[in-house]
Amino acid sequence: MKTYLLPSIKITVVLLVLLSGLYPLVIAGIGKFTPGQGDGVTVTYKGRVVGYANVGQKFTKDQYFYSRPSAANFQADASAGSNKGPANADYLKDVEKRIDTFMVHNPTVKRGDIPAELVTSSGSGLDPNLSPAGAEVQVARIAKVRNIPAAQVEKIIANNTEGPVLGLFGPSKVNVLKMNVALDELTLK
Amino acid sequence: MNTEIAGVIFMYLAMVGLAIPLGKYIARVFNGEKTWLDFMAPLERLIFKLSGIDTKKEMNWKQHLKALLTINCLWLFYAFFCLLAQGHLPLNPDKNPGQTPDLAFNTALSFVTNTNLQNYSGESGATYYTQLFVLMFLQFVSAATGIAAMMIVFKAMKDKVTDKLGNFWDFFLKTITRLLLPLSIVVAIILAFNGTPTSYKGKDTVIGLQGDTVHVSRGPAAALIAIKQLGTNGGGYFGVNSAHPLENPNYLTNMVENISIILIPIALVFALGYYLNKKKLAWVIFGVMTVGFLMIVIPSIRAEVNGNPALAHLGISQPTGSMEGKEVRFGPAASAYWGICTTVTSNGSVNSMHDSMMPISGLGQIFDMMINSFYGGVGVGYLNFYIFIIIAVFISGLMVGRTPEFMGRKIEAREMKIASLIALLHPFIILVSTSIAAYVLVHFPNANWVVKPSAWLNNPGYHGFSEMLYQYASAAANNGSGYAGLTSNDIFWNVSSGLVIFVGRFLPIIGPVAIAGLLANKKFIPESAGTLKTDTGTFGLMIFAVIIIIAALAFFPALTLGPIAEHFSIK
Repeated sequence: MKTYLLPSIKITVVLLVLLSGLYPLVIAGIGKFTPGQGDGVTVTYKGRVVGYANVGQKFTKDQYFYSRPSAANFQADASAGSNKGPANADYLKDVEKRIDTFMVHNPTVKRGDIPAELVTSSGSGLDPNLSPAGAEVQVARIAKVRNIPAAQVEKIIANNTEGPVLGLFGPSKVNVLKMNVALDELTLK
Repeated sequence: MNTEIAGVIFMYLAMVGLAIPLGKYIARVFNGEKTWLDFMAPLERLIFKLSGIDTKKEMNWKQHLKALLTINCLWLFYAFFCLLAQGHLPLNPDKNPGQTPDLAFNTALSFVTNTNLQNYSGESGATYYTQLFVLMFLQFVSAATGIAAMMIVFKAMKDKVTDKLGNFWDFFLKTITRLLLPLSIVVAIILAFNGTPTSYKGKDTVIGLQGDTVHVSRGPAAALIAIKQLGTNGGGYFGVNSAHPLENPNYLTNMVENISIILIPIALVFALGYYLNKKKLAWVIFGVMTVGFLMIVIPSIRAEVNGNPALAHLGISQPTGSMEGKEVRFGPAASAYWGICTTVTSNGSVNSMHDSMMPISGLGQIFDMMINSFYGGVGVGYLNFYIFIIIAVFISGLMVGRTPEFMGRKIEAREMKIASLIALLHPFIILVSTSIAAYVLVHFPNANWVVKPSAWLNNPGYHGFSEMLYQYASAAANNGSGYAGLTSNDIFWNVSSGLVIFVGRFLPIIGPVAIAGLLANKKFIPESAGTLKTDTGTFGLMIFAVIIIIAALAFFPALTLGPIAEHFSIK
């Protein structure tokens, strides 16, 4: 036993210093040179930090682009998905309710044009994005509530659309927080 | 072509393209040949000197196992007590409390065994100390344990009649210094530049644009995420793992993380070919694994891209497929692809909630973990496959009337007994524990535990059964992903899955190492016209048949009650 236990203890201590002590410190040092300095990338509006670019936040007011539903109620210290199975009857009732609510707030949108992402909850409960289509269906509502031309809202979507990686891989998306900051900046001018 | 499908195809090609040279490199490291990381040698010598280890002393298979089990026991005690006491240890800016004894038992076992089943959430259930000095530490060393065990088997196949099988500490440390640590640094830097936090600052409080107050958990996440993927660990920094937008900020990081999941498992297959100079055998093994992988991944991607038929009936459109539990930045194709990659290897990290996926995907994921060797975990995936090879050699030997031999050694009753026990152990522990859980659920729904059995499941019917089956398949395969709807942080699940994890890790390491050690001691019989060729397509087919027959016969009834029934009932 002693033949193996002593070296086990010693190598464990040495590796704790190397792997758990030094390695993350080196990464943190390199992290200082990244956007956000390793603390996370923030978004500011009128000189105030209003959120993290990558962390979705709750938007329920009609003058903003809605975020996707969140099983975690957007608590960024308690991420969670709904974990509802695809055929769960209670779950389907929840989705039905979300569709009805969406249609009340967006009377001009046809049921068949509502993309699933707007009525299903995200994996993390903190999804910061929508697909461009998920933003498009909200244009009429936002333009009406803010009393601005739809073209201005369309332009914000276009300016904030991030295409696939290298134009080749993955879906297109828009960042909800950045678009909503852009909407508020319109009224500032 | 659709950019989401293109992304998936690119990821697969990149994995194989990187795995082949990496496999060659790994073989060179363990052959003691020159590599460009030789500047690590002084560091290794220093570590061995400080630890009082003489790597020139070669070990036989029993000594190897003693060293392996001793150090693993030590880590188990260390992890258990740190997790209990984390509330009082340093590096706890968010003031998180210690874990309960049953949770600490489960977490410690889970991370020592490379499983990383997490019945806690990283934001509130761990501190920066335990994240780095317990969980991430174990992610490195458990992966290195698996690869070291595999190296013992490789070495036993390489040398003619010997009981000297190299030095455990040497295999173990070189895996870290030459493979895991350098790759982790690269991946962690890529993540950091894409927005994953690296600093030690605690939670931030922000008032959002709409006026809501949010607390944003942060911390030294990038370092841990890198090794969690590369070491087929899978235990995430944040609760929802790589679905979390700080843990996996965009499609590029998703590609890097997904490639990292499967890179070393594939590389090790090729490493075998280079190390033993049996490249054809490596390609046969790779072929069998790849056919199995594709058979599962393609239907899963199709199901997710096509969307949920039950939602289609509600009259909405699903242009981006089934989106419940998924993130917009990944989309359904990359989510399904990840789901299969993470379950064929024993990784277990997730970038979408598997519990909400289509039954076909769930079927694939559970089946992957039941097979547990289509690529498999780092080191141990190959050990599982080795068992199937031994069985296939024996059966084909009987079929054609030749003495069953593998790599010039006769396979006899003793080896076959071990191989059969290990092959049967996996279905046994999964199915027996699932049936016990189902029995408790039905007969004692109101048992007075923290979580009553009647509140365990998040979904009714077939899907609820799948949640329990998934949990034990994941525990036994040392995978660590979960149908997260299952409320698994109570004494029943913590203890039962902890025990399944333990048995599912160490016996499948001990078995193959023992077989290889026994075979290495036998007389070497040079290949002749009478030898059954193991590096042919025919033999590949034979291994495939053995895998499917063992798995299908054992698991088909359980799968029928879960995902298969759900698939046919979904409207």
